[in-house]
Order: sequence, then structure tokens, then C-alpha cells
Amino acid sequence: MTRTANWLYGWLLLLPAAAMLALFTHYPAVTTLWHSFESTPKAARPSVFVGAENYRELADDPIFWKALANNLWYAAGTIPLSIALALLMAVWVNGKLRGRGFLRLAYFTPTVLPMIAVANIWLFFYTPEYGLLEQFRGAFGSSAHNWLGSRNSALGCLMVVAVWKEAGFFMIFYLAALQQMSPNLAEAAAIEGASRWYFFRRVTLPLLMPTTLFVLVNAVINAFRLVDHVVVMTRGGPDNATELLLYYIYEIGFRFQDSAYAATLTIVLLALLGSVALAQFWFLERKVHYQ
Amino acid sequence: MMAGRKPYATPAFSAPGPPVPGGALSAIVVENVSKHWTTAAGMVRAVEGLSFSLDPGTLNVLLGPSGCGKSTTLRLIAGLDLADNGRISIGGQDVTRLPPSRRSISMVFQSYALFPHLSVAENIVFGLRVRRVGAVERDRRLQRVAGLLGLTTLLDRRPSQLSGGQQQRVALGRAFIAETPVCLMDEPLSNLDAQLRQEMRQEIRNLQRTLGITMVYVTHDQVEAMTMADRVILLSAGRIEQNGSPVDLYETPMNAFVARFIGTPPMNLLQLERGAAGAVIAGTSGPAVATAELAGATLGVRPEHVVLGREDGVAGSVDAVEYLGADSLLACRVGCQPLTARVAGRTGLQRGDKVRLGWAAAASHFFDGATQMRREVQWNHQPATLVA
Repeated sequence: MTRTANWLYGWLLLLPAAAMLALFTHYPAVTTLWHSFESTPKAARPSVFVGAENYRELADDPIFWKALANNLWYAAGTIPLSIALALLMAVWVNGKLRGRGFLRLAYFTPTVLPMIAVANIWLFFYTPEYGLLEQFRGAFGSSAHNWLGSRNSALGCLMVVAVWKEAGFFMIFYLAALQQMSPNLAEAAAIEGASRWYFFRRVTLPLLMPTTLFVLVNAVINAFRLVDHVVVMTRGGPDNATELLLYYIYEIGFRFQDSAYAATLTIVLLALLGSVALAQFWFLERKVHYQ
Repeated sequence: MMAGRKPYATPAFSAPGPPVPGGALSAIVVENVSKHWTTAAGMVRAVEGLSFSLDPGTLNVLLGPSGCGKSTTLRLIAGLDLADNGRISIGGQDVTRLPPSRRSISMVFQSYALFPHLSVAENIVFGLRVRRVGAVERDRRLQRVAGLLGLTTLLDRRPSQLSGGQQQRVALGRAFIAETPVCLMDEPLSNLDAQLRQEMRQEIRNLQRTLGITMVYVTHDQVEAMTMADRVILLSAGRIEQNGSPVDLYETPMNAFVARFIGTPPMNLLQLERGAAGAVIAGTSGPAVATAELAGATLGVRPEHVVLGREDGVAGSVDAVEYLGADSLLACRVGCQPLTARVAGRTGLQRGDKVRLGWAAAASHFFDGATQMRREVQWNHQPATLVA
């Protein structure tokens, strides 16, 4: 086979995937960027170029800032907790334990279940008066509380669901990494008299850093693209207490039909996620040991 | 700590037992130790009623085919697994139920078990950090061990940046820096190429002598056992076949298994039957190779002791010739039994040639036909003609 033929085969093999990516990812991304600099087309009035007008509007939009703040709280609340929980469960399930196959499956089920159905179940837990949580609290004589209907607790309720869902998913990655580690490492440390905690801190945790980086990037992206729970459980309320960026984009784009402003919000979200992911790779790459 | 909750996961350790009377003479004493595993197929006996004692400052090899229980024995001594029965003492102290860190041992794993994210220096001093040895002392010991093993220029590297032989040295360094009286080695050379393995054999042996440590060395390679050991314990199916010096195992194998396991190519084992003037090799009409009472027993002769071209030798034919350079292996057939001879240099023999195979009387070993155990008989029937 000649050099040219090789080169051609390479491109031909890449073509299907590249075409799909271009059609459904790259092209929409570029047009979204373009739309964000135009006005929304109306029936009588086609879109016109408005420059940074949409971005100025965004800067003055209190709901956008509220959604961004909510999203940051949401990320800060769910990511460390779900990662820590995932690690804990993985270490536990990795040990010699009776029925650990069953445990692994049990921890993974939240990821398998359809989120709309799951959100409905959680909706029942949080229902005022006869929901599971209220019945439980009622048994201890606590005063009634509307968990999803109160500004103070609604976002927290969504965060609990997210941690419950994400931890099992991330555990699978940690578990896979732990299974790769030779048991001889722990034995070598045991001979030296290292405690379990010392071994975990000095050996297990550093060796899990590549997994942690991967999980972290995924967790950040998941936190910013959450929409299904919000749709089912709160619809952004009460008083925008659970308004998250992607749900806000959905509302602007499809309920209010303001496609230009939705495009602007999308670009901001993309820029945000892109820079977070880049920063994570940039900073953590140095601390991560790849074998 | 976790013993109550997960007894099957974490060995249940307890306080050190009383000193073993007379144990101080031996570095390690293993008494009647058994270990079983429960698998899907049922109970598997890993080792059964094992007893031996090892002298201080010696290199002891646990030898045997895979699955014979040699690694299990090492792990029981290390405390990585706990014995079901029996008693193990190290340095005169009963350690049967002590955790590995309190047995004053160090260990080198077959996989080296180096921490991939730590530098060579940090790998070596890992245990000293765990035991909070002071920085000055730590550094002094690191420099000594690194010098001893030729690692001084590699201390800042990661294990992945080292060759297999260098990784092996780091693993040795981590064991030696602990300065424990006992060092356990689990097939430490099996991942190295042949050339390097030979160098490391000598080096480990020299270091063991220099440092005066008692070493227990697991291998399936009889060459390692023969060249390095003060004492070889040959195991099979969880039991000791023979425990002695390399010379003992080679010159007086206690049973047919030992006879076949030690030596390359292995010892020839030939069935004997009653003949005219005594016992003859089954399928031949003579000459007699043993007294009549040995009919039904097994005759053992090492290939290197077989000599060609003796008038009174046993008649055979050549099946194949393997030329090795310094010598040649002749795969012959005597009666219906195979017999290998090792002869110096090149022979003009070819497949199908008739030969006469003889050996000195002193080179004959006899094993009971039923029990396969060694039978001590002096076969001096025709000393004048059989001994060259």
C-alpha cells in the first residue's frame, strides 16, 4: 500500500464520525455563536445584526445572575459530596465483603433509572403533608414544611437528588481504578506497618488522581447541564430559587421563543464550561500521575 | 480493629505469644502448619502439616512446581495470611497471630509492588516514614542502601522510568533498608531476562551474606535453588518432599519426585523386573543392573552419569540427538523405556543407531516401586567392570 492510499484510508475511516460531529455539534455551535449577535426573527421582521446588544441585556438580567449563582451553589454543594461519597462507596465495595456484587449493582441503579421517573419518586418524598419526608418528620412531632415550595429548601432538595444519582455513577469509575491496583501494594505497606488510613492517603488517593480528574470534569459538566429534575420537580420556582442555567435557556428559547437571547445564554454557558474544563486539566495535570 | 466485624477479611491478630523454648537457636520455626482455602470447587489444601526450622543468617529456598504451596508458606511466615493450624515463630517469638508489621520481616514481591507515583528514594524510605524514623537517620540509611544496590544516581526517578532490573533493585532496597533480621522473597527474579537473572542471583546471595540476614526465598527455578541456597525445602502438593542442602537433594533424593525435579535434564527413572542374574531393566534381557530383590523397584540414573560404549552396558537405540555445544543429549530407548544420556561434545551418532549404555554402580539410585521412596542398597555386583 502506498503512502497516499494510507492517508486516504485514514480520512475515509474518520469521515463518518467527523461528519456526524460537524453536523450536530460544530455547525450548531458556530450558528449559535452567530445568532447571539443577531436579534430574534419575528414573523414580520427578519433578524438583524445587533452586535453585543444581547450580551448587554444579559449583563442586566437579574434572573440570569440568579441562575448562575444557583448553579454555582448547586455545583459547590453536589460535586465534592458526590465524589467523596463515590470514593467511600468504592473503597467499601472493593473490599472482601459478602454480597458485594449485589451492593455494586445497588449503588449503580440510580444511574440506570430514567431521571424523569426518579424525579417523580423524589417529588413524592418531598410532597407537603403526606410525602415520605413529612410523614417521617410528623412522627417526631416536627412542624410542617413544604420542602420544594420553600425558597430556603428547594435548591437543597434538588442537590440531594443529584448527589444520590451521581455518587453511584462515579463510584463505578473509582471501583474500576481500585480493581486495577495490585493487592501487593497494600501488602507491601502492611509489612511496613502502614495503617489503612496512611496507605489510603499516601498511595490509594494519589493513584486515583487520574480518575478523580475525569470524574471532576464530568461532575462539573453534569452540574451545569442539569434540566430534567428542575422540569419535573420545581420548574425553576419558587421565586427562581431553583432556576438553573440550562433550564433558564430552555425557558427563554422554547417558552418565550426568544432564540437570539437563548443563543447568547448558551454561548455564555459553553464558555463557562469550556474554561472550567481547561482549567481543571491545566492545574491538575501537574498533580496527576498517569502510569 | 475490624476483626470483630469482618473476620474473613482481616486476619484476627492478637498479642505476641510467649517465647518459644529453644527457639532462639533458629531464626524461623514452622511447626505443623496447615492452610486451607475455600473455593467454588470446595476446600483446597494449600499446605498440610508443614514443619521446618531455618538457621540464622542462611539463605533458604522454598522450591516446587506451581501450586505446591511455596508462596502460601511464605505468606504465612509474612503474616499476609494466617495459618489454620500450627505455630510459626521468628527470632524465638511466637508470631502465629501477629500482624506482618510486628514480625520483624521485610518482603520482596514478585511484581516488586513499587508505588508508581513515588520516586525511587520515597519508595525505599516508605517504611521508615511509616515508622517515623528521623530525617537524619532516614537519609543515612537511604544513602547506604542506594550505594549498596547502585541506585545512587536513580533516586529521583519514578519506577516507570526504570528498567526491570533497576525496579528489582528498588524492591530489594525497600526490603533491606528496614534492617530486619528476616527477609522474605517471592520469586524475585522471575520477571528478569536470563542474563540479568544470573547476575542478580549472585548479587542477592552476596548481599544476604554481607548483611547477615536470614532469607526465605521462593522459586520454581531449581537452578536458583541449587546455586543460591544453604538449604532447599522442596514442596509438592502442600507437603515437604525433601529438606536439605543442594548437595543432599542432588546426591541422595529421598523419593522419585525429588529425583525428577532436581537436575536438568531430569534423572532417568527405569522400571526393573526379574531377570536371569538379578533385576534387569524392564523389556530387556540383561545385563543385571541390581540384585534380584530390587525387581519391581525403580532405578534412577542421572543423564550425566550415563557412559556410552561399554561392553557390559545395556543395549539401546538412539531416538534423537540434541546438540547443545559443550555436550549433547541423547534420547535413547532401552527396552520400551526412554533413557537420556548426556555426553561431552559432539557424537557421530544418529537416530536409529545401536548403543550400549552403562553407569557406575555408585550412580544408581533405587526407589520403591509402590511408595516411590528411596531404598538404600549398595549395588556392587560387578564393580570391576562397571566402575571405569
